[in-house]
Amino acid sequence: MSEPVLKVDNLSMDFGGIRAMSELDLEVCKGEIVALIGPNGAGKTTFFNCVTGIYNPTGGDVHLHPPSGEPVRLNGLKPNKVTEQGMARTFQNIRLFQNMTVLENVMIGRHCRTRSYIAGAVFKTKATRREEQETVDKSYHILEQVGLADAVNDFAQNLSYGAQRRLEIARALATDPFLLLLDEPAAGMNPQETSELDELIKRIRDGGLSILLIEHDMKLVMSLSDRIFVMDYGKKIAQGTPEEISANPVVIKAYLGEDIDA
Amino acid sequence: MEYFIELLFSGLTKGSIYALIALGYTMVYGIIGLINFAHGEIYMIGAFTSFVVATVLSIYGFPLLSIVVLAGIAAAVWSASYGYTIEKIAYRPLRHAPRLSALISAIGMSIFLQNYVLLAQSSDFQPFPELIPEFEFMEPFAHIVGSAEIAILLTTAVAMVALTILIKFSRIGKAMRATSQDRTMAMLVGINVNRVISMTFIIGSALAAIGGMLIASHIGSIHFFIGFIAGIKAFTAAVLGGIGSIPGAVLGGFVLGLTESFATGYVSSDYEDVFAFSLLVLILIFKPSGLLGRVETEKV
Amino acid sequence: MFQFQELKKSLLVSLWFAFLTFPLLVIKVDPIERTVLWRWDNMLYVVLGSFAISILVRVFNVQKERRRDRRASNHTIDREPLMQVVLREPRYLYPLAGAALLFALLFPSLFSIYQTNIMITALMYVVLGLGLNIVVGLAGLLDLGYVAFYAVGAYSYALLNFHFDVGFWIALPIGALLAALFGILLGFPVLRLRGDYLAIVTLGFGEIIRLILENWNAFSQGPSGISNISRPGLFGIDLSLEGSILYMYYLMIAVVIFTIFVVNRLQDSRIGRAWIALREDEIACQAMGIDKTRTKLTAFALGATWAGMVGVIFAAKTTFINPASFTFLESAIILCIVVLGGMGSIFGVIVGALILILLPEHLRALSEYRMLAFGGVLVVMMIFRPQGIVANIRRSYHFEKKPGGEGQ
Repeated sequence: MSEPVLKVDNLSMDFGGIRAMSELDLEVCKGEIVALIGPNGAGKTTFFNCVTGIYNPTGGDVHLHPPSGEPVRLNGLKPNKVTEQGMARTFQNIRLFQNMTVLENVMIGRHCRTRSYIAGAVFKTKATRREEQETVDKSYHILEQVGLADAVNDFAQNLSYGAQRRLEIARALATDPFLLLLDEPAAGMNPQETSELDELIKRIRDGGLSILLIEHDMKLVMSLSDRIFVMDYGKKIAQGTPEEISANPVVIKAYLGEDIDA
Repeated sequence: MEYFIELLFSGLTKGSIYALIALGYTMVYGIIGLINFAHGEIYMIGAFTSFVVATVLSIYGFPLLSIVVLAGIAAAVWSASYGYTIEKIAYRPLRHAPRLSALISAIGMSIFLQNYVLLAQSSDFQPFPELIPEFEFMEPFAHIVGSAEIAILLTTAVAMVALTILIKFSRIGKAMRATSQDRTMAMLVGINVNRVISMTFIIGSALAAIGGMLIASHIGSIHFFIGFIAGIKAFTAAVLGGIGSIPGAVLGGFVLGLTESFATGYVSSDYEDVFAFSLLVLILIFKPSGLLGRVETEKV
Repeated sequence: MFQFQELKKSLLVSLWFAFLTFPLLVIKVDPIERTVLWRWDNMLYVVLGSFAISILVRVFNVQKERRRDRRASNHTIDREPLMQVVLREPRYLYPLAGAALLFALLFPSLFSIYQTNIMITALMYVVLGLGLNIVVGLAGLLDLGYVAFYAVGAYSYALLNFHFDVGFWIALPIGALLAALFGILLGFPVLRLRGDYLAIVTLGFGEIIRLILENWNAFSQGPSGISNISRPGLFGIDLSLEGSILYMYYLMIAVVIFTIFVVNRLQDSRIGRAWIALREDEIACQAMGIDKTRTKLTAFALGATWAGMVGVIFAAKTTFINPASFTFLESAIILCIVVLGGMGSIFGVIVGALILILLPEHLRALSEYRMLAFGGVLVVMMIFRPQGIVANIRRSYHFEKKPGGEGQ
């Protein structure tokens, strides 16, 4: 196995005595697409929230291994610091900046990679102007990649559902991540949009990124993933290649219930 | 020691009034998640209505007891009507708008009502008729605790018990509790949520009105601006107890009343309002869930 | 076009309001003379007024419904409002801005000194509105204690002038800096609070500062305030009263232009976008790598800076200040300007300030109802037009169709 970019050991999360996730181990390697699946309420989004600093996990370790440099322990870091380290995410229930334009949404992603502040903005210094220009160019380039270049000046709220999901990905890409976390990117998409998404995710991987995604669309999961982790009741119940997982009786039981013969 | 008991009673009296107003804040917050900024104004309108009615009746020579009862009923009825109307006009259209829009609307309503009373009645302090007589049996203790204070404590105790029974056992009370747990689910099981919200405003406003009448007759004067300070203090009480929690509002009211009373009695009376405001700021910063409230977590 | 049913509903509404306003609007008691005045004419006005308003609201709703239906059936996008076009196209905007500037510069020679004096006040509110607009309109932080920073500015000039004879021009940056410092000090603990709690805490802080000014006599001279504050000097020339009003007026015009310039540059900058994103969705904002606390603090402190600056100017203009000028209502008026004009919109805030400050000054009959109207405006705007008179527009970018296209 090649070198890991994300290493999660023994991760647990309690909410006031209720254990939402217990002792989870997970690893994403460089250039891999890893899927995290499981029935509703299995704790997948909780896992994302713990890894990205929105929740502070009650136990275990999360380490991010940047391509260059030392591994970073992410526990207790604020979400913005996590993103600065090179891991970006999207949200299951779309959280775009609805009253900003499509381009501006992506430009927000550049925030942590740019520096200009009040004085720069007021005096429009040379450095600020150059930085703005770079931000605009780079954001536009990313929008071209996800197929939203025609909508740059539209308000995010006026986009179709599928386009909003793609914009979330574009916004995350703008933060220059080496690891991308996608929370149900295909939710609510039609088959046409889903197959476009499939291609988009592969293209992103081919661009050198590693991807960890939560998804319910099994066709998409099977087509994309190099490895799959399965969660149920806050625990990891299986892991393996798509072939192994689709033949795993434990997984089938978790999805279909006890009394079905595996 | 006597001074201590005197302060204790004045603290309890104040506290019971804060609690009465705080109930309105906490009930509304529990159900629609809005800081009803205009609630202090409802209290003021209750006090003013009882002032107008009591004065008219006393001019026409009604006996004291009937004045007290009629003024109390009038205050409760009209405040409840104002509460109901405000919810319908200023809050209902904004139920699905961002939280701050409804809050701004509530602030606007508060300013509007203040100035409405200022224009309709008077900008000066008005002498409030004395409604609570000096009880004879209280004579020996009169230097420590007044009859009015006892009357206030008793009335608020009755009101709180009545409210508890209403919320615990009546149909509408159950519907209220259900709605505050989960509005969508309540709607799905056939609860008329609009009616529940209206009832919440009506009950909260009536309680505030009774508080308004009691305190105005105790202090002996009334002014259109009394709602602002009282409103903020009662809100402090509600937050102190844990906003959304009914026993919390009562507890918060008493804690605030006693703190204020002892702080002004033993430290300095110049900064009476500063104590309350500082308490408010400190709780919100360090323990926004209050003494008995539950912690809210935002779903991601 | 109206059903009888609708009329009946409106009639019921008006009867309800007649009942509602009966004790306070009809009866007026004089507890000292022990007389009762029955003002039945008020009831008539209430019935007629509420009936008319109820009908208007119904018409408005019907039209809104119709517009929505039409949009749903034709898929046509609404024509862009004229105002938006004018504000976006430089060929309309620049001549208009030029004309407005010319008018502003000629104002004192066209109108009386009295009018000019009122205009100074209005311009001060323009700047206060633009400052609060950074906090409320852009960053979405409802600050109900904005007036506290205004007080900090005013008192820093008044006290520096009183004790050390410090001049206006030195006090101006000091007042602004002190207000910013206060903003940071207050901001640190409160900015992690959720929106509505933040609003109440800032209100609390505002009131605490006012109460301290009122009670700490040794420091602030209490309720009697500080008088004989120096007017701004002009290279040591002694100005007549009229001269100093003119001087003040042009000073304010300069401050307004400076403020517009700065706010305009900020709102389309990296930090300005971060503010708006923060207003839209805090969690997504953090997940995109924006430091929430730092960004909020910047907005808070920057808003405070402008309040402090206007505070110094206020003290210099009136030459007398006391805590009564810095009540919660003052914060509410400034908030009202931002809400009426349009949160986040510079032009909107200017229009809002001019309407709300000049209208009551010029229509004396209205001035009595001033605060009533302010309260009403907040409610009505939130319900019918939350984006304000002039909605904020976002900058659009144009690209040529080629990979990695040039932005401009």
